[in-house]
Amino acid sequence: MKYLCLIYDDEKVMAGMAKPDADAFMGEYFGFTNDIKQSGHYVAGEALHPVSTATTVRIRNGKVSTTDGPFAETKEQLGGFYLVQAKDLNEAIQVASRIPSARFGSIEVRPIVDYSKA
Amino acid sequence: MSQADAARQAVEAVYRADSRRVLATLIRLLGDFERAEEALHDAFAAAVQQWPREGVPVKPRAWLVSTGRFKAIDAIRRRARHEASLAGFADELERTAQAPAADDDLSLPDDRLRLIFTCCHPALPPDARMALTLREVCGLTTEEIARAFLTTASAIAQRIVRAKGKIRDARIPYQVPSEAALPERLDTVLHVVYLMFNEGYAATAGDAVTRADLSGEAIRLGRLLLDLLPDPETQGLLALMLLHESRRQARVSPSGDVVLLDDQDRARWDAALIAEGQRLVERALASRRFGPYTLQAAIAAVHAEASTGAATDWQQIVGLYDVLLRAERSPVFELNRAVAVAMWRGPADGLALIDEILARGDLAGYHWAHSARADLCRRLGRADDARASYARALALVKQEPERRFLERRLRELS
Repeated sequence: MKYLCLIYDDEKVMAGMAKPDADAFMGEYFGFTNDIKQSGHYVAGEALHPVSTATTVRIRNGKVSTTDGPFAETKEQLGGFYLVQAKDLNEAIQVASRIPSARFGSIEVRPIVDYSKA
Repeated sequence: MSQADAARQAVEAVYRADSRRVLATLIRLLGDFERAEEALHDAFAAAVQQWPREGVPVKPRAWLVSTGRFKAIDAIRRRARHEASLAGFADELERTAQAPAADDDLSLPDDRLRLIFTCCHPALPPDARMALTLREVCGLTTEEIARAFLTTASAIAQRIVRAKGKIRDARIPYQVPSEAALPERLDTVLHVVYLMFNEGYAATAGDAVTRADLSGEAIRLGRLLLDLLPDPETQGLLALMLLHESRRQARVSPSGDVVLLDDQDRARWDAALIAEGQRLVERALASRRFGPYTLQAAIAAVHAEASTGAATDWQQIVGLYDVLLRAERSPVFELNRAVAVAMWRGPADGLALIDEILARGDLAGYHWAHSARADLCRRLGRADDARASYARALALVKQEPERRFLERRLRELS
């Protein structure tokens, strides 16, 4: 069973971190990623550029509309994700709780639909 | 009575006593709530047909589990004609069904515990946890749950369907948590039982003070949990519920009005429930691994020991609240402590504490905080302040008998 762990945190806090703190935080992420690669949980994972780079696309009345910014303005922003392989939700929660941003922001865990079993 | 009548009665008796246990095992074996409920239904339908003809089986529960499982395999095979992926699943179920150990009565308590932990999983919304527990563990109908929560059966049904959908789609496991996760998960379970009891004991809305059915189910669950997983806090919670329950008759006047602890006729307290509650508190305290539920039960036990309100050992109650507040900081516990301080050292000391809590804004929306403040002002002869606080409480109260109580108090002041 696959789960997507969406990492939400406050971009301003992350951007305002002093260089040594930011480096240590990134180090934690590298360590975590390595750990879940070794344990077999890792499927994929990426970090995202800040929401100031986001573009939202919709088609309305047959026309493409492009707007600047994220779909919804929120206090915490989507900053990255991991796609993990886990036995069940408990195991996925256990993996998600070790994502470094869980301590400051929040991790949304969403099961991936498996169409081969539907 | 004919053999057929006896068999029909046996089916009914087993249904009442054991249908939830059979369901719990079927959920484990079939891996799905809906499928298990269908299988349970089919198994009992088969029992109604076969037991009068063939006699009641020696192990009715094991018979029902095994019949339910084979009915489910048949049903899955029928559907497998349209969905190829189900065929392999039916084969696998059939293979494991050959192993007799799975029907062993010994696995049943574990299955009920699994069911409780799954229904109270923290990933489910809190209101769904209670509805699901009442439905699956206690066996209440959707209509009964809806009545208890003063809502419609369709709203409850939707809540349950969504919760089951999340259990299936997010794959919430059907298991008792590992030792590392157990304390935290047991907390969630105890909290569900506690909320269920409270909703029945001090209904938050509606025209009755108490709803005995919900409290009764919560106590039944507490006993079941204690049976399955003896833990000091489980003992503490059951003791707390029994000690509160012992006052149910005295809490409501014949006209359906609220009677405060101080004015209750203590002869109407249930001595057997008190004795059982006290025994449990003592055992939990002796374990030295107790928590907030045990401490609240110990406070209720001090009340139960006093023959009158005035004879209550208020100093001990204040001391127990001090320990409780160290274990769990809660403004409601602080308010209760303030009231106990007022009883012990006088209304002025209690009032100072309540004003401090209200000034922080924590309980500004809690009608009992304003009502307690009003009562202390009244006792201090500050009638205007008392009136203002009763009025504030009245603006917040949602339950009809509590509203009548506050209106009566307000009238008595003028």
